[in-house]
Amino acid sequence: MAEFLQATGVAKTFGGLSAVAGVDLSVDEGDIHCLIGPNGAGKSTFFKLIVGTYAPSAGTIAFRGENITGMPSSARVRRGMSIKMQTPSVFRELPVRQNIQIALQHHVAKTDLPKEEERLLALMELSADADKLAGTLAHGQQQWLEIGMALALKPKLLLLDEPTAGMSTEETFRTGELIKSLNAEGMTVLVVEHDMAFIRQVATRVTVLHFGKVFARGSIGEIISDPRVAEIYLGKTHAA
Amino acid sequence: MLVYPAFADSYSVGNTAYLLAWVFMALGLCLLWGYAGMLSFGQTFFFGIGGYGYGVLALNFGGGGMTFVALILALALAALAAVILGYFMIWGRIGGVFFGIVTLSATLVLAFFLGQTAGPEWKIGNARLNGFNGMKGMDPLTLPWFGGSQVYFEGTYLYYLIVALLVIVYLLLRMLVNSRFGNVIVAIREDPQRAELLGYDVRKYQLVTFVIGSVLAGMSGAVYCSWGQFIAPSSIGLPAAAMPIVWVAFSGRSDLTAVLVGAYFILYFFQMITVQSQQAALVLMGAMMLGTVMIAPQGFFVGITRWIGGVLARRKAAQAKG
Repeated sequence: MAEFLQATGVAKTFGGLSAVAGVDLSVDEGDIHCLIGPNGAGKSTFFKLIVGTYAPSAGTIAFRGENITGMPSSARVRRGMSIKMQTPSVFRELPVRQNIQIALQHHVAKTDLPKEEERLLALMELSADADKLAGTLAHGQQQWLEIGMALALKPKLLLLDEPTAGMSTEETFRTGELIKSLNAEGMTVLVVEHDMAFIRQVATRVTVLHFGKVFARGSIGEIISDPRVAEIYLGKTHAA
Repeated sequence: MLVYPAFADSYSVGNTAYLLAWVFMALGLCLLWGYAGMLSFGQTFFFGIGGYGYGVLALNFGGGGMTFVALILALALAALAAVILGYFMIWGRIGGVFFGIVTLSATLVLAFFLGQTAGPEWKIGNARLNGFNGMKGMDPLTLPWFGGSQVYFEGTYLYYLIVALLVIVYLLLRMLVNSRFGNVIVAIREDPQRAELLGYDVRKYQLVTFVIGSVLAGMSGAVYCSWGQFIAPSSIGLPAAAMPIVWVAFSGRSDLTAVLVGAYFILYFFQMITVQSQQAALVLMGAMMLGTVMIAPQGFFVGITRWIGGVLARRKAAQAKG
């Protein structure tokens, strides 16, 4: 399949610290591509480079054949990518419903807005809490709300940074099933996650980052059986 | 409000028109600060541009129906100034407290500049700027009427004109904040990065909001200048710049209706006290600001309204149970 997202030699330094040090990564259309690695490996920084929150110190990023390296975040989002941040990033002082509305209204006609709003609230199991302030929701619900806001944009590429952090085992499993069903409908997904059970559940490709560089890549089976990955990140319990 | 001139003397009607003229600026700041989270400390900069713009143009155009052209051009000047200043601030990523500092600096620079224009060389066409003494002699807003006569918008006429403009501005602002645009500026206030990541170009929304708020400040300036046929740098300097912040904060910055009502009453009471002692009025303003920050950060008018609403709701619930 065509290369959907292509990062070439992408680097980011903060003062003397090199957070991402020349990453080459391609994500194919239709993949659920998981990015794993120890804390400080540069996974979240790499996400922020893709979505335009940070400008890269070096390298280029292409999305669907277009160089987006210098584009502001809003332009990237309008081209079909959407992100759920590491820590819940919702409009805390606004009602849940208004959070969804703000995400939807960009591309949904006014007449279709109520129907689409209810569909997303039901999908995220937030219908009963629609009129609560987003900041009063439990952590897991805020994660779901943010995923709902990301989905409201109907992205071609969904970026999820630790989507299951703070969720129970059951919630994590349900999130995995949701991602698989979205993928089955044609959405490409790039996920940063630490939960290996979740990664086993969803991943079609896995890339391991270590010290800001690509350390290994392959299918989930190849990564789990790689002794070098076990050494730096997974430990022996995950070895196949 | 419509029958007020029938019961009040001409001085009171004119004075009410004067007080209402400032409310445009308060509504503009409410939109900027309360809804979009942009605390501008220098809305008097645009008040000055609107006021001096109207004065200079009305003096040069020679009065009559051209005063309305002067009004429109004065608002256009305020909009242009807002586009230029806003562009450099917003695209330069100046936010938070620095937004207030830069806008305050702009109004102080304008006040200082106008203050040193006393010499005869400081004139634009027929308009002498006159330094701290202020510019005077421009015609009030005037409408050509049938049979070659003219309607001068003074006293009761000006009162009705300002009330009509206020109603229109208030309704338009209400529509704006309840629209998709309003949803986005509130989102930007809450979390600009999240708004950007939902596909909104935050800078453009902020600039449009800044221009709308600033044109309203310019409208206050132009209407004020038409009312008094006079404008001076004292209406642009530091004490004047602080006033809109107090009106809006005390009233409740997140509610246009609270600011519409609250700003008028604060102006009214402030004027009553100023007649007795200007120093006492300024001290009262400071105390009001301090009280708002410490006791009712959401604003006293909003707080009182919510409290009354809560009491009524509890009473209704108790009656339903009983």
